[in-house]
Amino acid sequence: MSRSTKNANRSPLLAAYALLVFAFLYLPIVVLIVYSFNRDGVGGFPPKHLTLRWYQLLFSDAAIWDSVLNSLLVAVATVVFSLLFGLLAALALDRATFPGKSVFRRLVLLPLILPGIITGISLLMFAVFAGFHLSLITVFLGMGTALISVATTELFAGLQKLDRAQEEASLDLGATPWQTFWRVTLPNLRLSLIAAGLLIFTLSMDEIAVTFFLIGRDNTLPLEIWARLRRGITPEINAISTLIFAVSVILILIWYRIRTRSTGKEAQELLERP
Amino acid sequence: MYSRAYKWIVSAPPLLWVTIFLLIPYMLMLVHSFWQVRDGVIAHDWNLQNYAKLFQNPVYLEVLFRTMRIAAGVTLLSLLLGYPLAYYMSFHAGVRKDLLYQLVIVPLWVSYLVRGYAWKTILGSEGVLNGFLQYIHVTREPVSFFLYSPFAVVLMLTHIYTPFVFLPLYASLEHIPRNIIEASHDLGAGSRATFFRVILPLSLPGLLAGATFAFLLTLGDFLAPLLVGGPSSIMIANIVQSLFGTAYDWPLGAAISVSILLLTISLLFFTERLEKRWSFR
Amino acid sequence: MTPPGHSAEQAIAGAVAESALLEVRDVSKSFGTREVLKHISLEIGAGEFLTLLGESGSGKTTLLRLIAGFEQPSSGELWMSGERLDTLPPYKRRVNTVFQSYALFPHLTVQENVAYGLEVSSVAKSEIPGRVNEALQMVKMREFAASRPAKLSGGQQQRVALARALINHPKLLLLDEPLSALDANLRKQMQGELKSLQREIGITFLFVTHDQDEAMALSDRIALLKDGGLEQVASPREIYARPATSYTAEFIGQTNLLRANIKDGVATCGSLQWPSTQPAGAALFSLRPESIHLSADVPPPSGAVRFRAVVRQQIFSGSSEHLELDLAGHSLRARISARGPLTDEHEFWFSAADAVPVRE
Repeated sequence: MSRSTKNANRSPLLAAYALLVFAFLYLPIVVLIVYSFNRDGVGGFPPKHLTLRWYQLLFSDAAIWDSVLNSLLVAVATVVFSLLFGLLAALALDRATFPGKSVFRRLVLLPLILPGIITGISLLMFAVFAGFHLSLITVFLGMGTALISVATTELFAGLQKLDRAQEEASLDLGATPWQTFWRVTLPNLRLSLIAAGLLIFTLSMDEIAVTFFLIGRDNTLPLEIWARLRRGITPEINAISTLIFAVSVILILIWYRIRTRSTGKEAQELLERP
Repeated sequence: MYSRAYKWIVSAPPLLWVTIFLLIPYMLMLVHSFWQVRDGVIAHDWNLQNYAKLFQNPVYLEVLFRTMRIAAGVTLLSLLLGYPLAYYMSFHAGVRKDLLYQLVIVPLWVSYLVRGYAWKTILGSEGVLNGFLQYIHVTREPVSFFLYSPFAVVLMLTHIYTPFVFLPLYASLEHIPRNIIEASHDLGAGSRATFFRVILPLSLPGLLAGATFAFLLTLGDFLAPLLVGGPSSIMIANIVQSLFGTAYDWPLGAAISVSILLLTISLLFFTERLEKRWSFR
Repeated sequence: MTPPGHSAEQAIAGAVAESALLEVRDVSKSFGTREVLKHISLEIGAGEFLTLLGESGSGKTTLLRLIAGFEQPSSGELWMSGERLDTLPPYKRRVNTVFQSYALFPHLTVQENVAYGLEVSSVAKSEIPGRVNEALQMVKMREFAASRPAKLSGGQQQRVALARALINHPKLLLLDEPLSALDANLRKQMQGELKSLQREIGITFLFVTHDQDEAMALSDRIALLKDGGLEQVASPREIYARPATSYTAEFIGQTNLLRANIKDGVATCGSLQWPSTQPAGAALFSLRPESIHLSADVPPPSGAVRFRAVVRQQIFSGSSEHLELDLAGHSLRARISARGPLTDEHEFWFSAADAVPVRE
């Protein structure tokens, strides 16, 4: 007889719609994965003969793994660079006032919302103007510039959550600003840094639009796949896509574990406060 | 609390970087847009020819309008899919809310290329969808407009951007204090009246943010048409891309890009004003 | 000191039963395995100002939410004016709530907030502006009609929340600790305004608070809740002068709890003795600090219970002295009129009638 009023709001229609949306989001990926095991190629229905042949082909494909290595190099460099400059930018936005600050803020955040092609071609023109040869280095410069905005956004949010009183207490107890930064500010930002790092890594591994215009002779993974696509589609591409998907899921699980551990810890600390 | 030295140290490097690698490239792009290509080389004759071409040549205008139609379509569809989902999760999902949130985030992290490629394999004449329809005897021959059509571009980009639209919307809905909903009920408004009078208005900032994101990024997308679009779905960014590629005309490409940039900035400016009006803090 | 008008108490109870607006019939509520309300039965009379008083966790807010309709009872029923209430959703009940955090709609102006209940009902559109004006006038917020809630102070928001609820002429107004966020002075002022407002418009108020001073100042009757159960329901004077249990005696005001043994009509507690009509055996008595008097200042009448005690601690508080007395190892708290420092041992007294028997 007694139900909570919330139950009275339960709407089966809405739940069914939500399920449909989830199906829309996931079905293409599921299909992709299933057909990576299909002997008879990509297409047709239903997939009849399952095989690992495409994965075997993939593992012996040197060009792909070269591009994976390139992507990893660029990604790691991008993460380090973006976190460093993003942290500085976030600190500047949080704590400093200077003329043109709002312009600076918009500029830093612009690549987030601007289509990659514009970032790409403007940097291409700059590279030509400055006499750079197109290579992985120009790719790195482009990606780093574009992804600073991601780091800045995430770290700025982390700084806002920081209790200013902690830093004041540190200074009060005799620590210099530098020491305070290392002992108080940075540890508190640890989770934001890791979350931002993971996000930037993922975005960097997947980046195409900017890379497209700044690539030299060495391909990154997305561009290698893209080149293959021009020649025709094979389940080998399904295979590498499935692997990319698997890695993405692992990364997001790690990210989520970190996030919930942080809120869990915060909640625990709140409970333990007298 | 922060010394001038501290503020200089944190501000200078990103400022410098932003100036060198953002401001100057944009300036270069602007400058290029006033130049011309002559005999296969970029000549520094200052003129407005490129912009004139843009507005006078019907081809460019047609492509631009098509692009905007596609962008509007993607935005609308993403909202149609994303809003009910966000609403369901925020108000009806109870304890499963967190898990469902993770499930929405996962496709976001999966590569754009992977997802686009998935649609390519599904929609083709010999693709999975046609195979499936023939298998269950709904059709006898492959349906051709699934792939290499604006339909495919809209479908693929909706798939990409629905989670992007979902995120700020969900955050916005979660932000609504539950006691406001109770107050609305207390004052005599049922679920529908409460939605239109309270929930929807308070979710507008998130809705606006997500919609702007989807619209602007679709506007400048050139990969989707190349993957699943075909010649009938060329978007404005494809024109830019080819101008920087085989159809070598950097100045014209720059002019189009500057126009896109201006469009983006004015749209952002407009939505920022709207958001200020709508975020009742 | 016997409370005057014992029959007035009965009169109130009788009036309430006759014109019971709200009946809580044996209501219990559990959240999972946690029992928050245990078999509550209560009647609220029309036009009454009833306060639900209790500590946090006593269940008072839960009971309020059950009546408002935001939760459902696990068992039991709610009736209003002879009709079943708990089966109705909140938007169909003739009950309105003033929330603790006010819950004003941030995207609407003060005017639109107050008009909300009328807008969603079948009231004629032409009538609304007039009624909104009236309501705002009543809470003295007319000049803020076009403002947004974000620009108002706590006290101002509270008035708007009040107007928004009252404009719908509910049969019952629920107030969930509405004054707890205000500073002390504003609080006192709002208490007075709420009381006179209620008297003026005659709507039944169900008020929730943990502040016993507030409860005593505002209520026609107080319902004291403890751990999900009703400890006592009575008028402020009654509940103060004749607490039913030791919990009540200690929660409302201050008291001394005396453990005594009754034999042959005499209660004995340590060296104290007084006549009592309680049954023989162990008994517990509540003696308020202000019932203890200093013999030197107030001569004891005949029949008073006199004793000598050492003044262990004395705290001056303007009009009174708060004394801690040591009586052969037992500690008693006394409150007498301000009179300057006391030293060592003095004689004190209290009337036997002021030792009120209470349940454990």
